[in-house]
Amino acid sequence: MSNARKSLVSRLDGITILLYLLLTCIGLIAIFSVEHHSTDLVIFSGEKSYMRQTMWLGVSLLVGAFILLTDSKFFASTAFLSYTFGIVLLVLTIFIGIGVKGSKSWLGVGGIRVQPGEVCKIFTALALSKFLSLQETNFKSTRDRVIGIAMVMFPALIVILQNETGLALVYLCFFLVMYREGLPNVFLVVGISSVALVLGTLLIDRKVLFIILTAITALVGFLIRFELRRNNIARILLISIWGVCIIFSQLAVPFMFKHALKPHHIDRIYSMLGKEVPVEYQRKTEDGEERKGNSSEYNVLQSKIAIGSGGMFGKGLLNGTSTKNQFVPEQNTDFIFTAIAEQFGFAGSFVLIGLYISLMFRIMFIAERQRSPFSRIYAYCVSSILFFHFAVNISMTVGLAPVIGITLPFLSYGGSSLLSFSILIFILLKLDSDRHAMIR
Amino acid sequence: MSTAASSRRYILQIIFLGVAVVILIRLFFLQNFESKYKIMANDIAIYKKVVYPPRGVVYDRKGKVMLSNSTVYDLMVVPRNIKQMDTPAFCNAMGIDLPTFLKTMKLISVRNIDVRQSIFMEQLSPEQTARFWENAYLFPGFEMVERNLREYKNESAGLLLGYIAEVSPEMLKHPRYASYRQGDYAGRSGLELQYEEVLRGQRGVHFLERDKFNRPRDPYRGGSLDTQEVSGKSLELYLDAELQMYAEKLMKNKIGSVVALDPKTGGVLAMVSSPGYDPNLLRGKERAKNYATLYRDPTRPLFNRATQAAYPPGSTIKPMTGLVALNVGAITPNFGLACYGSYNYCGHPIKCEHKDGGHAANFRLALAHSCNSYFCHVFRLTIDYKSFASVKEGLQKWHDYYYSFGFGHPVGIDIPFEKGGALPDTNQYNRMYRFNWNSCTVVFVGMGQGEILLTPLQMANAMCIIANKGYYYTPHVVKSIGGNTNDPMLKKYLQKQNVLDIPDSTFEIVQRAMQDVVESGTAIGAKIDSVNICAKTGTAENKAIVNGEVIKMANHSMFVAFAPRENPKIAIAVAIENAGFGATWAAPIASLLMEKYLKDSVSSKRKTVEDKMVNAKLINKYVYSIDSMYRARDQRVYQAKMERKHLRDSINRASDSAAYFNWVRKHFVK
Repeated sequence: MSNARKSLVSRLDGITILLYLLLTCIGLIAIFSVEHHSTDLVIFSGEKSYMRQTMWLGVSLLVGAFILLTDSKFFASTAFLSYTFGIVLLVLTIFIGIGVKGSKSWLGVGGIRVQPGEVCKIFTALALSKFLSLQETNFKSTRDRVIGIAMVMFPALIVILQNETGLALVYLCFFLVMYREGLPNVFLVVGISSVALVLGTLLIDRKVLFIILTAITALVGFLIRFELRRNNIARILLISIWGVCIIFSQLAVPFMFKHALKPHHIDRIYSMLGKEVPVEYQRKTEDGEERKGNSSEYNVLQSKIAIGSGGMFGKGLLNGTSTKNQFVPEQNTDFIFTAIAEQFGFAGSFVLIGLYISLMFRIMFIAERQRSPFSRIYAYCVSSILFFHFAVNISMTVGLAPVIGITLPFLSYGGSSLLSFSILIFILLKLDSDRHAMIR
Repeated sequence: MSTAASSRRYILQIIFLGVAVVILIRLFFLQNFESKYKIMANDIAIYKKVVYPPRGVVYDRKGKVMLSNSTVYDLMVVPRNIKQMDTPAFCNAMGIDLPTFLKTMKLISVRNIDVRQSIFMEQLSPEQTARFWENAYLFPGFEMVERNLREYKNESAGLLLGYIAEVSPEMLKHPRYASYRQGDYAGRSGLELQYEEVLRGQRGVHFLERDKFNRPRDPYRGGSLDTQEVSGKSLELYLDAELQMYAEKLMKNKIGSVVALDPKTGGVLAMVSSPGYDPNLLRGKERAKNYATLYRDPTRPLFNRATQAAYPPGSTIKPMTGLVALNVGAITPNFGLACYGSYNYCGHPIKCEHKDGGHAANFRLALAHSCNSYFCHVFRLTIDYKSFASVKEGLQKWHDYYYSFGFGHPVGIDIPFEKGGALPDTNQYNRMYRFNWNSCTVVFVGMGQGEILLTPLQMANAMCIIANKGYYYTPHVVKSIGGNTNDPMLKKYLQKQNVLDIPDSTFEIVQRAMQDVVESGTAIGAKIDSVNICAKTGTAENKAIVNGEVIKMANHSMFVAFAPRENPKIAIAVAIENAGFGATWAAPIASLLMEKYLKDSVSSKRKTVEDKMVNAKLINKYVYSIDSMYRARDQRVYQAKMERKHLRDSINRASDSAAYFNWVRKHFVK
């Protein structure tokens, strides 16, 4: 309780603030390098997105200050209310949203545009924390588990209806939180394995994947050989899992690709990964026209060129030929990582990824020192959201994940994204400053 | 609960770290081992711009520009960038019709990919350029590109200056053109070809960054990799542009050649091959068409008669014959011959123009009157001279003298494709007459007929030797390269070429006799006031072989001279084909040119002569028929050759199939 008597500033977590400011500054530099031309005479112009991003950073810090001055209990007590507000906002967006590139996920308020799907993550995180920390909630009961999952998936579904699949996928990250709070192992194992299997099927050669899968099965079999000897079910389970994997990757997907899917579907799937369609799936389209690379494939190729040409130590600030001349589409939003990787090389990327991992670990550390479950669960939510954004965004720039419009936290240009991540962090800081209090 | 929860915390941390490690591994390989992305990054972002410097300018001896550059525009197109263009408006502006437009676009799309820039129209006219600039914003995808075009200031000296054209695929295989690429321009004849390396300068390569729209932007790495272009060096010539134009004016409507040299340096003052052509025809977009027209012209304007045509020198060789005879000691200056109109010592008589006795009483008189009998006899005396073991050795000695005069081989002028004429030696006569010949057999050579053939350049060069009394500098057109007279390319022209040692006194005798030619001999009409001219006229018999028959053609009118005798400043040779007496046409022309050069203008009292020369039309009508016959013959020869080839091919095919047939029968048919 001695901690509570100290001033607010001294109770804030310095490391988190430092990492937050470092990342946002790197983001500003990256956006500046994308937009600046040697011929530009005016650097500080309101027209430029790096200036607008600076403005948004100011707004974020202002909002952050307000959050820090708010009572911690406010967030817990209004969690369900804000969640409801978020859902209403999402639903509203479907009807009165502004269409951007085929999706209707933006709300215009005056001159400012907000993406409710982005903001709703905060509300969902708060609501999930609140629900799981309720004393009457028993997360071991199937009923409460279903309610928890439904709470998370409901906004995701609405976002899908807005045609923003990428953003909806982010809501999957709450499964990590629920796993931490007692969701069975099966969810995690099955989830991760199926993602790995799908990506593996698409990215790895079929015969190599067969060998890898069999090797993994053999390894698992070896590790649990005593169990296998005793337990008939374990044997059947292991073999059937292996069988399902093999059937999926060796038979089902090739069959689907060869017979069920149209060539342009296959194109779309592979191009999201920035890969050429393998020869065995290549078919002439009905009108016999040659296949033309679509935009995602081009994006990923340009992204790979920018990253790959960076080398070990990069080309130096403002010397990136791809960055400076805007070869990478959407470079200051979704592909902002390419600017860092081209100009600062592997060393720069390593430092950046190091900063993200430090931030996530720091947040998890903060989570574990909380007295109230609400704060702990919320901290895990923040960490998981950051992780999901970070992992998917960078993976898609290097061609490890499909291109879905997910921003890189703190770096990508965009007020909506920066503000929502800032709010997430500042609420966390506020909760952490009252970590010895019991918040319900 | 707490242990399970904290273990799950670690599992989550492991997942986070694991994903980060996978991404880092991927990044590590992507950034450090996949060099293809670096290459691709350079390919897409770096634009290599080749900058062609202006070609060198050519000046005459007085610093007047003869050949320089002018700017023209090419219209380039990037088909991919054409969007919603008003095609009729475009065609209207450029003055073309729609089918032409479509045809050109189709051709471009066949030849080049549609994102690359291709030439749509070359060398736009000023009106087209202006109209395009006015409406440029309406025609996306089209762009003007500046280019230099050679500009000939005068309509003269076309063959001498040469022309440039795109390098041909055959040229690209040659090591000289190793650094050229298709579409580059290179000199194809004349000085443009000879001094190509000097004139073209050095291409500059600029590396520019380009953006995703393929627009060049900043210099790559601040331009540190760029090479600066170096302008072509200028050429300063010995040529006198005014004299050249005057010579061309005099030679108009005549077939022949004028070569004027500066004996002290070997510099070419004027070099005319008539009929010439306007060099501006062989530049720009009409070049190929004009070239074909010129090539088909029966008078062959593309044939450089000054350096390539071989004429029988006729009487103009007589000073040389005398020189050799005097030097070997076969005759003395006082040697005389009683000639009464023909030379009868060798079977059938050889005609001489003069009948009065005593016109060949001594060397001076004989040369002044150009006595055929005298020089035939002198030639015979030379090669039969007692100090030589036989006529064969004598002729070889004579050949050596002539060879050192620059006959029988290219002199080495800095104009490409020079020919060497013909000079018979003992071996040639042995082959021709199967060793069975004597001085009578080859007697015509003494008067410049028979097997000896000289180019006008060689004749003029011979005059330099007599003027200089025993040496010459290899004739050359270029005085200095970029103001530097000691350029390595000019080194060989600074070396004195000595002929076989002949004492000055012998040259004195010949010069004295040649001065008489003008003062009291055959070329009185060539006299210029207060200048001592040494000259020799010539009237060369010549034959054409048409359809296997030898036809005697009208004589070539020849004249060689140098002046002034005491301090020679100009040596000249004039040859006019099938024009008649040397004294009638060639002599006045040479005389006018010498006067023009030595006195800067032609005196008014010679105006009538000048007009007569300018207005004379001396192109023999047979030229056209002979030319068409030659061309028909060439065509027949070519057809016969192709027929033989077809025949050979079919025989080969037949024998192949026969061999196969035999093989089958041998192995499978029992």
